[in-house]
Amino acid sequence: MHRTRFFDHLILALGAAFLMVPVLIAFMTSTHTAADVHMSGLSLMPGGHGMETYHKVLTQRGGFTGEVTGARMLMNSTILGFGFALGKIVLSMMAAYALVYFRFRFATAIFWMIFTTLLLPLEVRIMPSYQVMSDLHLLNTYTGLIVPLLASATGTFYFRQFFKSVPDELLEAARIDGAGPLRFFIDILVPLSRTMMAAIFIIMFVYGWNQYLWPMLMTTEERFFTLMRGIKSILQVWIGSQIPDYNEAFALAVLAMVPPVAVVVVFQRMFIKGLTESDK
Amino acid sequence: MTDTPLPNSPTRLRRWLDGLHSAPAKRVQFDRPLTPWAFVLPQLLVVVVFFYWPSVQAVTSSFYIEDPFGFGATFVGLENYQSVLASGEYRSIAGFTLFFAVLVTALALGAGLLLAVKADAVIRGSAQYKTALISVYAIAPPVAGLIGMMFFDMHIGPFVTVASWFGWQMQVGINYWDTVLALVLVSVWKQIPYNFIFFLSGLQSVPVSVREAAAIDCRSGWRRFYTVTLPLLAPTAFFLLIINVTYALFDTFGIIDVMVKDKPANNPITLVYKVYLDGFKGNDIGGSAAQSVILMGVVFALTILQFRFLEKRIHYG
Repeated sequence: MHRTRFFDHLILALGAAFLMVPVLIAFMTSTHTAADVHMSGLSLMPGGHGMETYHKVLTQRGGFTGEVTGARMLMNSTILGFGFALGKIVLSMMAAYALVYFRFRFATAIFWMIFTTLLLPLEVRIMPSYQVMSDLHLLNTYTGLIVPLLASATGTFYFRQFFKSVPDELLEAARIDGAGPLRFFIDILVPLSRTMMAAIFIIMFVYGWNQYLWPMLMTTEERFFTLMRGIKSILQVWIGSQIPDYNEAFALAVLAMVPPVAVVVVFQRMFIKGLTESDK
Repeated sequence: MTDTPLPNSPTRLRRWLDGLHSAPAKRVQFDRPLTPWAFVLPQLLVVVVFFYWPSVQAVTSSFYIEDPFGFGATFVGLENYQSVLASGEYRSIAGFTLFFAVLVTALALGAGLLLAVKADAVIRGSAQYKTALISVYAIAPPVAGLIGMMFFDMHIGPFVTVASWFGWQMQVGINYWDTVLALVLVSVWKQIPYNFIFFLSGLQSVPVSVREAAAIDCRSGWRRFYTVTLPLLAPTAFFLLIINVTYALFDTFGIIDVMVKDKPANNPITLVYKVYLDGFKGNDIGGSAAQSVILMGVVFALTILQFRFLEKRIHYG
């Protein structure tokens, strides 16, 4: 029995190391100077130059126009993550409410129209999406960055399931008390959905923050760059330089991964629940 | 980050399918003609403008050849499709995409399952292992690609150093198969946590009574896993299979883009990357659209496959 346990732990430790060590190394290496990294390679030990590297990455104006700093990219990623998560929750809760709680013409048709979007990921229709955005003059705007990503029904689907599980008696009682549709939605349904909203918020925040292809196409002006976009440009500068700024690249990577990883780790239970279960 | 195009768990999908058949959602509903429109309109608008409009455009422009200077387009019927499918380059990329998807899926599923089974078995430290194994989930593909690139960097990459001890001059980004190795490793690394989460929650939903009965009937742990646990995990595994294939096909875009550094010439790329290259770099809008439509077909087939299996209800629990 003891032997088995030992091997169980060994495998788990190896697996955890395989996943975590690269992240640790990325962080540790970012605290060394570029010359250090160039000389002695990646490092698992802290290097003592962390403050200056991060200060530089956050405040130094980079790129061609000198308009973008790491702090700016951090802000843009935050706007994208929050904007996307909030937008998703608002749009999908409202749509799900209409579909579950109302009897109206074309409800079935609308239901199908919304749910068909689950079938095609953005990557497949990226080129025409770009053209639509340019026709609408939405390139290089926060609207263009966020709103098109909302065109998928995942959130609507979750909320629809959840609303269907809410007991009918609540609506009956509310109607007897004279509550209209808006009142019922705001005073009863929204407070009831709090846990659901939090779980979806976490998943969607991570998803929005981590977007890469869409921001890359939508933003040509550097002041709209997100951290993901910044990673691409730091690599482009790289080619041809004598000693690449390994430390700064790693620092940028660390900035890009800390917020979503922290959110997932801190809200682990809620996140897993939102991801794997349909509560009720 | 995998905001999957499909309902993302077996239970959910099954319930979703059930939901499609049951007509009225509620016994009591509001009966107002206009209010529901106010609620559904924002979502509807976004879906029409940013989903249906571009999707229709993808299909239409796949039948046209666009003038590179923007002077209109000529209707060419199926010519774009013919030239795409006849192209040797497209076929070899399709071959690579298939190979890549199979390899990434098999390795990521295998590792995720192994770790989930072990995490389910241990008692001490299981919370710590779980946190460690899950955290990488939230790392974006391009960030994973960047970290991977460093590990395979020709000057500072530890993998390159280790390979050189065996006389292997690893050149990721230049040598085709070296790049394949790096891409697969990074893609698998990034996907293990997702599979781990689902396998673990699948394992933990096996009732204690079943586990105890199995433990009494069968002493060999390996056999117990094979005859009891694995069949119980079948729906989760099948669900994950589709998700992993989708991941390998689409979500690895960021990893590939960072790791091949805009030099796709001799490097392995996937079909999605090719759509992007032809459309944005090559300005071949018709060809890119035709490829998009072909990929839509692939996604559609995967979805149908998933529905089919779930309708047959391959679950024993």
